[in-house]
Amino acid sequence: MNPILLAVLLLGGLGLIAGLILAIASILMAVPKDEKAEALCELLPGVNCGACGYSGCAGYADAMANHGAKVGLCSPGGEAVAKATGELLGVSGDVERLTALVRCGGCEEFTARKLEYHGLESCRAATQFYGGNWLCNYGCLGYGDCVSACEYGAITVENGLARVDASLCRGCTKCVSACPKKLIVMAGSATRGVVRCSNHDKGPKTHAACKVGCIGCGKCVKVCEHDAVQVVNCLANIDPEKCIGCGKCAEACPKHCITMFGSAT
Amino acid sequence: MSNTSFFAILIGGLLVNNFVLSQFLGICPFLGVSKKLNSAVGMSVAVIFVMLMATAATHPIYTYLLVPNDLAYLQTIVFILIIAALVQLVEIVLRRFIPPLYNALGIYLPLITTNCAVLGVTILNIDSGYNFVQSLVNALGAGLGFLLAMVMFAGVRERLESAEIPESLKGLPITLVAASVVSVSFLGFQGLFGL
Repeated sequence: MNPILLAVLLLGGLGLIAGLILAIASILMAVPKDEKAEALCELLPGVNCGACGYSGCAGYADAMANHGAKVGLCSPGGEAVAKATGELLGVSGDVERLTALVRCGGCEEFTARKLEYHGLESCRAATQFYGGNWLCNYGCLGYGDCVSACEYGAITVENGLARVDASLCRGCTKCVSACPKKLIVMAGSATRGVVRCSNHDKGPKTHAACKVGCIGCGKCVKVCEHDAVQVVNCLANIDPEKCIGCGKCAEACPKHCITMFGSAT
Repeated sequence: MSNTSFFAILIGGLLVNNFVLSQFLGICPFLGVSKKLNSAVGMSVAVIFVMLMATAATHPIYTYLLVPNDLAYLQTIVFILIIAALVQLVEIVLRRFIPPLYNALGIYLPLITTNCAVLGVTILNIDSGYNFVQSLVNALGAGLGFLLAMVMFAGVRERLESAEIPESLKGLPITLVAASVVSVSFLGFQGLFGL
């Protein structure tokens, strides 16, 4: 037989057989589909962004249906999807809305420059040059990497400090990964007290670098009646689960770096 | 070469001609999946499994289908076809009958379709003139060698995570440097058993 024809036939035949076997196998061994997960998957936006922490929309739907994952982890879908999935699962779809929060209060009037940076207008570039131009090595650089990362225009830089408009924030967490100083965290709507500083230096050094930096004095820890504040590595941290928003720590803070949202109810 | 003892073939695949560290096959999963010990072991077990299956399937096809018809030159493309189909089949079967294993192997199973170490072992079996059983032993040795390399390197990388590395070398550069050092250490096995 013609060797070329034989080669084509053999390869084609093998491919055909393999394809047939696969087709038959996929029919014979079809895994019964999970209807609940399928229905949930329909409700999800289907962008497979992974913000929920699962491998994709299908993975999240499966986790909700079979492994008791919480509803409302889907940030692109937001409240509408949380409600719809909650209805289907028979649980409350009311979820905490997460918004971005900048843990730095050191705008231009409170800190000082250690150098004049004339480079690329980017936090990522500036931070590689001796940690940026401010005396504080932990603070916001103000070149707005987070601003360009935000697709919803929720972040603005004023006086060299990034500020988040919570009403515009959709909780996509893109700014969190864009910030080279790791200053942005996601905070739930129940968050009351927030320490607007990320400086882990010892007190005197922080004091010299920034007028509103946490010096780790621990006054907030002493006044807190709910054991919500702790100072770790010279930086106070408020546990949102325990904080009731009484505001005593904010009054006690000599550096005024604790901000309160809302009030105790 | 066809009379080499099983033990020598096994050690040869495992240490002397270690697929990743001596022959530089399967570098992609070696660098990609060696960040954590757990996933490294999962990937390696899947590779061992597929290597054995692929060898068991391709060796008879080569011997009884390609050689008699004078089509040995088609081996690469036929083997790729067989391996791809085989991995899909294994995936379907595992999903149906052993869901825990399917979930454990996860994404690694389909990834193996394009793993050159699997294609490498099937072709090298033919090139070395091994018979069917010797081929299986070689595949097992190669798979275990892959496991050894992955586990060792996962350990190295977990240490690298906490090491103080110059900014410019962080990430992939230091990983490649570490991989080359581990590879150099495997040069010490060259010449063992005259392989």
